[in-house]
Amino acid sequence: MKILVCMSNVPDTTTKVTFAENNTKFNTQGVQFIINPYDELALTRALEITEKQTGTVTVVNVGLADTEPNVRKALAIGAHEAVRINAEPLDAYFVAEQIAHYAKGENFDVILTGRESIDYNGGMVAGLLGEMLNMPSINVITAIEIENGIAHLERDIDGGREKLDCPIPFVASAQKELTEPRIPNMRGIMAARTKPLKVLEPTGSQANTLTTSFELPAPKGACKLIDVADAGKLIELLHTEAKVI
Amino acid sequence: MKIIVFAENQDGNFKKSTFEAISYAAQIAANNNGNVTAVSIGNVSAEKLAELGKYGADHIVSYAQEVFHSFSGEAYSKAISHAAKSLNANLIIVSNTYSGKTIAPRTAAQLSAGIVSGVISFPDMQNGFKVRRTVFSGKAYADVNVNTSIKVLAITPNSFAILDQPKTAAIEIMDAGIGSENVHTKSTEIARTSGKVVLTEAELVISAGRGMKGPENWHMIENLADILGAATACSKPVSDMHWRPHSEHVGQTGITIKPNLYIAIGISGAIQHLAGVSSSKVIVAINKDPEAPFFKAADYGIVGDAFEILPLITEAAKAFKSQQA
Ligand SMILES: Cc1cc2nc3c(=O)[nH]c(=O)nc-3n(C[C@H](O)[C@H](O)[C@H](O)COP(=O)(O)OP(=O)(O)OC[C@H]3O[C@@H](n4cnc5c(N)ncnc54)[C@H](O)[C@@H]3O)c2cc1C
Ligand SMILES: Nc1ncnc2c1ncn2[C@@H]1O[C@H](COP(=O)(O)O)[C@@H](O)[C@H]1O
Repeated sequence: MKILVCMSNVPDTTTKVTFAENNTKFNTQGVQFIINPYDELALTRALEITEKQTGTVTVVNVGLADTEPNVRKALAIGAHEAVRINAEPLDAYFVAEQIAHYAKGENFDVILTGRESIDYNGGMVAGLLGEMLNMPSINVITAIEIENGIAHLERDIDGGREKLDCPIPFVASAQKELTEPRIPNMRGIMAARTKPLKVLEPTGSQANTLTTSFELPAPKGACKLIDVADAGKLIELLHTEAKVI
Repeated sequence: MKIIVFAENQDGNFKKSTFEAISYAAQIAANNNGNVTAVSIGNVSAEKLAELGKYGADHIVSYAQEVFHSFSGEAYSKAISHAAKSLNANLIIVSNTYSGKTIAPRTAAQLSAGIVSGVISFPDMQNGFKVRRTVFSGKAYADVNVNTSIKVLAITPNSFAILDQPKTAAIEIMDAGIGSENVHTKSTEIARTSGKVVLTEAELVISAGRGMKGPENWHMIENLADILGAATACSKPVSDMHWRPHSEHVGQTGITIKPNLYIAIGISGAIQHLAGVSSSKVIVAINKDPEAPFFKAADYGIVGDAFEILPLITEAAKAFKSQQA
């Protein structure tokens, strides 16, 4: 079983989001970057699958050299090898093209992404990759078992759950609940030093969207406090003042 | 401008998000000398199809062959692309639902189209084509230019009003010539939480956190939600401890929602929680700790014990509803 896990490098969830250069760039000053939490789940599940039935897990990131500490961390968690495609991830389409170009010659059985990256929340890479590689794509999976070349999956759907089967190869995006993330241990960290981390140059594709500026939401006005004794008044205010019920 | 809208149905009924998407497209068309084609995929009655005209679709096409009877990202995206090509469409609108998110990127790749998801604005076409989307789970907005001739937008549910703008739309049955060999996934079971308001599309959401002490107290939350016709949600620790299903977990690592009303009961208001709910139109925080960060993000607040406050609100909600009826 050959599994590819796509990994993005995102600001830590406690980050106070601010922008620089006239609101055209995310301000990375003092920001700690982590492996996108959903990708961490995908990676852990991929490792569990290969431990049960042999195989390899490759991690791929489209990013500049500053993502390397987290790529190494993925190796420390247990990935067998890593690939960094040396380009700024301009948009989801661009990222998917880069990964598809790399994956085409590699015959992966399963390609896992996260449900979305917690910074840009696009959730588009899995579907784009599926189409570019001519594979089915299954979004937001909460369970996966693979037996004799067939995956049994569960995924979230609007207002419910679906169980489905899909033959390999396919792309799927990981949702919480897939497994519990693993933390690298000392042995893993030592082993990671000697594991291969390949750096590939990007293909010539261009991004077809361009983020021109960012804005923070307007701050909320003061909170209107209601006394506990008058708590029922809330309903009236929501009707007459806020007009939401 | 020729616009295509994916008209998503569930069990033969169009979703509210579909009507939002059609209303959205119809407004763009009206300002740009365009027209709107609603594309229905799957088994939908003629009567239901005609409903799409009410919200401004000029033309309705339906792909109803056997292969579309159960959802498949592969087949559905090809149907949309087929419609887009047949009609020379340059803008494709999909709602950012679970199904929409599966289809939109595949369609974009088939058409080499630029794609933006999580869209919350009308396009600004004065100088190119620019839309606004949320980023960082609602902590910020980004303005994005799309540079391709065909564009795909996945719009956020609950962001645009449903408008009555009736048209007499002709219904056309189309066949994209897609066979079962195009579908690799096989659905074996679908379980829907029946009778409940779907969280991702809900206009009203009642949410609770660790302050509720334990799952045995959630009947109070469900009761209030039932009375108001609201969906229920929860904080991360609550789903981690299995007090509530994971599908109710909102926040940066859960679902991002944008209801008209979000009532947070016994939730502290950690930055990761607020990230997923701060785009709600009106926020109410109920917490016994006056210093709870949620009060900084809320429009209305009650400082006190949830177990004392909930019965009072529930009574008031009951009275309000019976007065409305
Ligand atoms: C990587 C990462 C990702 C995360 N993602 C998310 C996420 O997506 N969503 C999320 O929710 N959290 C997330 N968290 C967790 C988040 O940081 C908080 O820990 C969590 O939101 C707290 O949940 P809570 O408010 O229910 O519990 P607590 O923080 O324990 O707060 C309980 C609140 O209830 C109040 N209370 C207690 N008793 C009563 C009473 N009787 N009446 C009224 N009020 C009462 C208390 O004053 C307190 O404010 C994440 C954390 C990390 C590290
Ligand atoms: N720069 C990147 N390099 C590798 N994988 C990525 C990158 N960006 C996004 N992904 C993958 O695509 C998923 C969804 O990302 P997005 O579409 O940006 O929300 C992430 O969880 C990753 O698995």
